[in-house]
Amino acid sequence: MDTLALLADGFATSLLPLNLMIVILGVTAGLFIGAMPGLGSVNGVAIVLPLTFIVPPSSAIILLAAIYYGAMYGGAVSSVLLGIPGASTAVATTFDGRPMAQQGKAGLALIAAATASFVGGTISVVLFTMFAAPLADVALAFGPAEEFALVLLAFTTFVGLGGDDVPKTIVMICLGLVLSTVGLDLISGQPRLIFGDLPGFYSGISFLVLAIGAYGVGEILYTIEKSRTSPTVTPAKITFKELGAGLRAMNRMWKTMSLGSFLGFFVGMLPAAGATPAALMAYGVARQTSKQPETFGTGNIEGVAAPETANNAASTGSLLPMLTLGIPGSPTTALLLGGMVMWGLVPGPMLFIEQPDFVWGLISSLYTANFAAVVINIALIPLFVWALRMPFAVLCAIVMVLCIVGGFAPSQKLHDVWLIIAFGVGGYLLRKADYPLAPLVLALVLGPLMEKSFRQTLIAEQGNVLAFFERPLSATFLCLAIVFFIWPLVGLLFTRDHKDHPHVPSKRPKFARTKKT
Amino acid sequence: MLVADRIIALGIMALSAYFMWHAAELPIGWNAMTGGPGGGAFPFWLSAIMMLAALSILIRTFRYEPPEKGSDEPFFDSVMLPSVVKVTAALIITVALIPYAGAYIALPLFVFWYVKIYGKHGWAITLSLTIGIPVFLFFFFEATLKILLPKGFTEPYFFPLYAMFF
Repeated sequence: MDTLALLADGFATSLLPLNLMIVILGVTAGLFIGAMPGLGSVNGVAIVLPLTFIVPPSSAIILLAAIYYGAMYGGAVSSVLLGIPGASTAVATTFDGRPMAQQGKAGLALIAAATASFVGGTISVVLFTMFAAPLADVALAFGPAEEFALVLLAFTTFVGLGGDDVPKTIVMICLGLVLSTVGLDLISGQPRLIFGDLPGFYSGISFLVLAIGAYGVGEILYTIEKSRTSPTVTPAKITFKELGAGLRAMNRMWKTMSLGSFLGFFVGMLPAAGATPAALMAYGVARQTSKQPETFGTGNIEGVAAPETANNAASTGSLLPMLTLGIPGSPTTALLLGGMVMWGLVPGPMLFIEQPDFVWGLISSLYTANFAAVVINIALIPLFVWALRMPFAVLCAIVMVLCIVGGFAPSQKLHDVWLIIAFGVGGYLLRKADYPLAPLVLALVLGPLMEKSFRQTLIAEQGNVLAFFERPLSATFLCLAIVFFIWPLVGLLFTRDHKDHPHVPSKRPKFARTKKT
Repeated sequence: MLVADRIIALGIMALSAYFMWHAAELPIGWNAMTGGPGGGAFPFWLSAIMMLAALSILIRTFRYEPPEKGSDEPFFDSVMLPSVVKVTAALIITVALIPYAGAYIALPLFVFWYVKIYGKHGWAITLSLTIGIPVFLFFFFEATLKILLPKGFTEPYFFPLYAMFF
């Protein structure tokens, strides 16, 4: 009951004309960003973040969350119309969405994707509302030891569940953590890692610089290399008859959609997993439980609905640990977290006590964003068809300029812009060599918290390392972390017997397997 | 791909060594007074782990037979690589130009080059972007947010505009 009252208060904030406008603006921008091949929610949030200085901090977060939300809807658009996922989260949508478009049912596929996204979004937002307050209450008992253990746990999920090559994941986590220590030492105040004695490094490396570099400049370079041939846009018309047919078809898929939503929400909470594997898993489950599994991949509408419910649910799920524990569940929420810290709103349990207006305003804005997204998505389908024909060079030029100016704006140092270019080129090369970028961004955002909590605990306990194991919660987290860390080793022992070469870093093998069976 | 893998692993190891050398300027051991690690310990030991992980990637490329899939694929797409290099070079030139010629000359030049010369698009789209983007930047960042972009030698030409908006 308490939650409902708080949520009602939240609606009083999120239904303010300014915030309502921001939600609509953010969702529309997100839809277009998501629909553009190569740009996903994380790129959108990274590029737009510096522009959000124009509104007050709490509205800025609502704007970014709305972009995140919209991008999840938009990803499906290019999956269906171009056959290229608009973002990695919409990969599974191409399996059946593309065949449907080729059979002339592009409109139906888009309606299915939008409705499924709405259902997934709604179910996960309700789950979010239910879990947020209790989880924040638990988190109130956290001291520095628990914080450290939890951050460590978040990183080990990348090793155990991320599905990327293990040594490469470890490299990226360490690189992010080391980069986060640049600047002044938190405890002693001494300068450290001031490369080349450049004054720009004294203030540290902002998460925004890395994000704009890796996800803005790097992503564009990556897309330029991949864009040898320009794809053809399949036209899509939406008639009211089709809308009705689509909704009736969706009405038969409640089981698939609710399964996808729950799966997506809980997978999304894990830092390492997120929306892409959640969507692939939901696709696999829908296929396994279907009466006609052979029709999947040839244009089955259920194959569009399942991944779309899951990826939207996952994006909401990844907001939950970010807001309640201060541990982001995805790279995009890591950027949201960084943005919130920049604006002086430190996520975590205290936020629920100190800024209930903001927290519940944000939560309730997810409801309005979800509603706005489904309406705008269906209404703007003709516009998407037009926008996807926009020359790629125009998009690139605009994004590059925003990267340069957006990198300069927050601190007004050209030093940061140079770093963005360096991270852009570096990120592009690392990504080509199968180094995962998500742990890098997460590590840079969480690094200061990890080091601070580690050293605080040790100082308080006079250097007793066992202190981390003496507190029950922190001991549990650490044990889980150890399990996740040795998990791939166990897996390695078993795959030795098979022909699987441990050298081949296949993308997300664990989740891919559920897809194929 | 295999060669690129090795070069990148070696590069990361060199980077870790550089980080470790920098981090070692601060105490990296146990601080007896406070009972915690010193200020340089965190970056130093993490760089050490990074170096070991990169080393294991490097060793791995020598230990196993080259796998069938993807190993003989070239790391770069030879047709598109020149484009990537060109765009990167253009970006570097643009940023280098900003402190001297100002953002309002460097950025439109970049957009013009990208859309017209590199992208080979028509004049209508080129001109609307080359003019539209700086106008948007001025009104968004300078007039609204009061964030001044660097202007280099063009600074005096902006004085009348400043007088209008500030």
